[in-house]
Amino acid sequence: MNIIVNGQTMQIEDSIDRVDKLLHSFNLQVKTVVVELNRQILTREYHETTAIRDGDRIEIVHFVGGG
Amino acid sequence: MLRIGNYTFESRLLLGTGKFSDLEVQSQAVEASGTEVLTFAVRRLNLEDRNKQHFLDTLDLKRYTLLPNTAGASTAEEAVRIAELARASGLCDMIKVEVIGDGITLLPDPIETYKACEILLEKGFTVLPYISDDVILAKRLQLLGVHAVMPGASPIGAGRGIINPYNLEIIIEQAVVPVIVDAGLRAPKDAAHAMELGADGVLLNTAVSGSGDPVKMAKAMRMGVEAGRLAYEAGMIPVKRYAAASSPVEGMVHT
Repeated sequence: MNIIVNGQTMQIEDSIDRVDKLLHSFNLQVKTVVVELNRQILTREYHETTAIRDGDRIEIVHFVGGG
Repeated sequence: MLRIGNYTFESRLLLGTGKFSDLEVQSQAVEASGTEVLTFAVRRLNLEDRNKQHFLDTLDLKRYTLLPNTAGASTAEEAVRIAELARASGLCDMIKVEVIGDGITLLPDPIETYKACEILLEKGFTVLPYISDDVILAKRLQLLGVHAVMPGASPIGAGRGIINPYNLEIIIEQAVVPVIVDAGLRAPKDAAHAMELGADGVLLNTAVSGSGDPVKMAKAMRMGVEAGRLAYEAGMIPVKRYAAASSPVEGMVHT
């Protein structure tokens, strides 16, 4: 299916049908990320129970250096 | 002791984490500064560069309180969204409300800042707005219930020190919450100056990260903040128009 992650369209396997699976597929090294699905913020406890569907818009953000 | 909302800090120096060239230097600078509060920005994760090490991941989070900012926001709505993303990390509930109104001066938009603070207070955040040195805005925000006000000394990264000590003094005099002088500082004398005026703390970033030796400068700033605070607590002598001798005027040997 196709989803939009951080503004970029990407094609993912249909088996990646949950937020936690998507994060796992990116093999992230960053310890703390926050996910927004279709403008709804998902705290960590919802990652395993939230489905990803074709056309979903996902934001993955984290803390970077700033003043 | 600096008290902001439910937090207490020994150190009165808050440090930004932007524009450090090297993680090791940054860690040493943070250590040398003695800070307990570190600011961060919230940004999209770069999926192309996902193995890059980030400063946050190197931190012992038990030792520091995170103060994410809403940099990048130009409206209250954007600021609230960034604040909620930051809080959803589970790492913090403090937020530096930074709503920039102008790309040249990077001065904060007072109206959008006020609106954002109103919403964020309702949502239960510990709210620290970055504002220009506007006495009445500082007052109005305190009436709303913000937990600290953070007036700028001069524009972000400009290194011009305190442009308007008069306004800062009035803000400090009238404040019922901590006043953190934020942005525009360059030298330890600027940090000391802010503290001598009676500020409760200073927040700086570029002054340290952009200096020739961030570790040394972090220590210098720490000393500047401590010296200024001690002087404020001690109470400085009044300024006089003419000289006042410090040696006794009686018993001169040639009279």
